[in-house]
Amino acid sequence: MAYLPADFDRLPPQAPEAAETLAPSPPLWQLLLQDMRACLAAGVVLLVLVMAFIGPWLWPQDPATQWLSQVSSGPSAARRVDVVSDEFWHGPRQNVSALTALQATTTQVKLAWPDRADAMSYRVYRNAGGVGLGMPLIETVKTHYADRLQLSEQRYRYSVVAVRADGSTSDPEWIEVKPELTLGTFEAQLLGLDVMDGKVSLPSHPLGTDALGRDMLSRILHGAQTSMLVGLSAPLLFITLGAFYGALAGLLGGWVDNVLMRIADFVVALPFLLFMILFRVALGIESGESGLFPMVMAMVLLSWPSAARLVRGQVLQLRESAFVMSARLAGAGNFYLIRRHLLPNVLPLLLVSLSFAIPQAIFTEALLSFIGMGVVPPTPSWGTLCNEGIRSMLTHPHELIIPALAISITVLSFNVLGDALRDAMDVKVRRSLR
Amino acid sequence: MLRYIIKRLAYGLLTIWFIATATFFAMHAVPGDPFNSAKAATPQLRENLRARYGLDKPVGEQYLLYLGNMLQGDFGISFTQENRRVNDIIREHFPVSAILGVVALLIASVGGIAGGAVAAYWHNRLPDRLLMMAVVLAISIPSFVIAALAQLLIVQANDLSGRSLLPVAGWGSLSHLWVPALVLGLGTMAYLARLMRSSMLDVMNTDYVLTARAKGLGTWQIFWRHQLRNALLPVVTELGPTIAAITTGGFVVELIFAIPGLGRYFVQAVQQLDYTVIMGTTVFYGAFLVLIVVLVDLLYGVIDPRIRLHGGQR
Repeated sequence: MAYLPADFDRLPPQAPEAAETLAPSPPLWQLLLQDMRACLAAGVVLLVLVMAFIGPWLWPQDPATQWLSQVSSGPSAARRVDVVSDEFWHGPRQNVSALTALQATTTQVKLAWPDRADAMSYRVYRNAGGVGLGMPLIETVKTHYADRLQLSEQRYRYSVVAVRADGSTSDPEWIEVKPELTLGTFEAQLLGLDVMDGKVSLPSHPLGTDALGRDMLSRILHGAQTSMLVGLSAPLLFITLGAFYGALAGLLGGWVDNVLMRIADFVVALPFLLFMILFRVALGIESGESGLFPMVMAMVLLSWPSAARLVRGQVLQLRESAFVMSARLAGAGNFYLIRRHLLPNVLPLLLVSLSFAIPQAIFTEALLSFIGMGVVPPTPSWGTLCNEGIRSMLTHPHELIIPALAISITVLSFNVLGDALRDAMDVKVRRSLR
Repeated sequence: MLRYIIKRLAYGLLTIWFIATATFFAMHAVPGDPFNSAKAATPQLRENLRARYGLDKPVGEQYLLYLGNMLQGDFGISFTQENRRVNDIIREHFPVSAILGVVALLIASVGGIAGGAVAAYWHNRLPDRLLMMAVVLAISIPSFVIAALAQLLIVQANDLSGRSLLPVAGWGSLSHLWVPALVLGLGTMAYLARLMRSSMLDVMNTDYVLTARAKGLGTWQIFWRHQLRNALLPVVTELGPTIAAITTGGFVVELIFAIPGLGRYFVQAVQQLDYTVIMGTTVFYGAFLVLIVVLVDLLYGVIDPRIRLHGGQR
C-alpha cells in the first residue's frame, strides 16, 4: 500500500462528534413536587412540626391544670358559670311533697323527698343514662341527700326507695336531672380564678378533657413537642454518628474496617426493645427530669449501625468506581473527592433512611412511654397520653383515640414521604443508568 | 458447608457473650438496688441481703461468677420473689410467649405472603391499591392502639350479642389466643406483604416465567412452581428480624391482654429492678434471637440450592 504526501496533511477542522449526552435528571424536590401524595404528606409533616413548636404558644393553656368539674368531658366552648357554695347541706327549709331536686349543679345535686310513715330508712340510687336503679349512693334515715360524687353535665336518674321495718322495700320514686355546670367555691379558689358577680370564666376545651380534667388540646400539643423532639433528635444524631463511623471504616479499610464493622455487627445483634428498656433504666433519671435524654441516648447507642453499614458500603463502592479513579488520576485531593463525589452520592441515601428512622423513633418513644419506660408522667407525650387514655377507653374512648390519631397520622405522613423520596430516587437512578 | 455452619455458630456464641456482657454492665450501672428501705430496714439487714445475693463482691468477680453460672445454664435466683429461680420463671412463662409468637408468626406469614402475591397479581389495579393502603395503615398505627381498639371491639360485640363471644383479656383457652395473635402479627403481616409484592413483581418479569408461559403452563402451575418459590427467597431472609419483631412486640400485647408471658414478666422485673430476672430474660431472648438468625441463614441455603455455602461465602 502506497501513501501519498497528501495523506499526511492536516485534516480540515470538523465539528466534534456529538457526544451521547444524558438529560440531567431534575432535582429531587422537583420530582417530589410532581407527586401528590408526597406533597400532602410533606404538608402534614410541616404542620405537625410547626404545631409542636409554636402550638403551646398559640394555645397557652397549662397541660397540667385539672378542671375537676369537667372530668372526661367532650368538646366545650368558653363560658361563664356560677360559683356555688360547696358547704355541707343540712336539708331543705320546708318539707317537699314529692321527690324533687332543689339544686342541680355539678357541684352538688340536692335531693329531698317526703317522709313516709312506714319507712325505717331510704336508699338513694343514681343511674347515668339507663332506666334501672343504677349505682346505690347511700342508705339514710333523713329525707334529703346531697350527691357530690363526680358529677358531670349529663342526664342522671335518681331513685329513692323506702325500706320498711321488716326489710321489704317500696316501689322506687324517681326523677331525672341534668346538672348545670358550676364550680364550687373551693375549686374556684384552688384554680385561682377571678370570681365576678358570682360567676367565673372557664376556658374552652376544643378536644374535651381527660380523666383528670386536663385540657386535651393542650396536652396533645405539649405531647407533640416531646414526641417530635425525640423523633427528630435521635434519628439525626444516630444517622450522623453512624455516617461518620461508616465513612471512617470505609476510608481506612483493612483490619480497622474489619474491627469497626464487627463492633457494629454486635450492636445490631442486641435485641432492640429489651436494650432500650435496659439502657433507659441504666442511665436512670433524677426526680424532676422528663426522661427524654436517657431515651434519646439509648436510641442513639443502639441504632447507629444501620447508617454506618450504608455509608461504608457506599464508600467502598465509590472507591472502586471509575469516576473516582479518574478524578484521582486527574489529581483530586481527598477533601475534593469527599465533597464532590462522596457526599452527593451518600446524602440522598441518608435522607431516605432518616425519613424512615423518624417514624420508627416516634413509635419507639410512644411504645416505651406507653409501658411506663419512657417519658415520666407529668411530661405529656403521645405515648403517655395513650397509656392514660386506655384506662378510660370503655367509657370515654376519645381520650385514647385523639392521641392515637395524632401518632398514626404523623407516622403515616413520614412513611408516605419516605416512600415518595425513595421512589423519586429510584427514578433518578434509573435515568442516570439509561 | 460444615465449616460454614461451625463458623456461624461460633460467631453466634460470641454474640451471645457480648449480649451477656452488655446486659451485666448495663445492670450494674443502674442507680440503686432492689434492697431499698422497704426491704432492708437497717443497714445491717441491707449488708446481709447484699452478701446473700453476692452484691458485696467486686464487680469483676461478680462478672466471672455470672458468666460461669450462665455457662452451666443457671441464671440465678430472683431478687424480689423469694427462692424463685430465674430458670423456673423462664420455663414457666416462655412457652406462653412462644405459643402466642408462633401463632402470630403463622398468621403474619400466611397473610403477608398471600396478600403480597394477590397485590402483585393485580398490580396497579383495585386489589393492589386497597391492599397497599391497608399495609401503610397497618404500619402506621402503633400496636398498642390496635390492641386497645381490638379490645374495645370485642367488648362492643359481646354487648351487642348479649353473650361472651370472645374473652377481652386473659389466657388459658384457644379463644384467648386469636385476637392477641392477630394484633401481634398485623405489623409483620403488612411488612411481609409489601416485601412479597415487590419480590413477586421482580419474579413475574423474568425469562423463566415467560418461558413457562410460552410452553403453555397454566397460571396456577406457573404460580406454584416458578413464581412463589423464587419470590419467597427475599421473604425468608427477613424471617430473622421478623421473629425478633414478634418476640419483642409481644411485650405490649401481653401487657394489654393480660397474658402471663415472659415479656410481661420482663417489664415487671424492670420496674422492680430484679437484676437476675432482667439479666436472665435478656440473655435468654438475645441467645434465642441469635440462634434464630443463624438457623434462618442456614435454611436459606437449603431452600435455594443455587447458593453454595463454602467457608462463609454466600
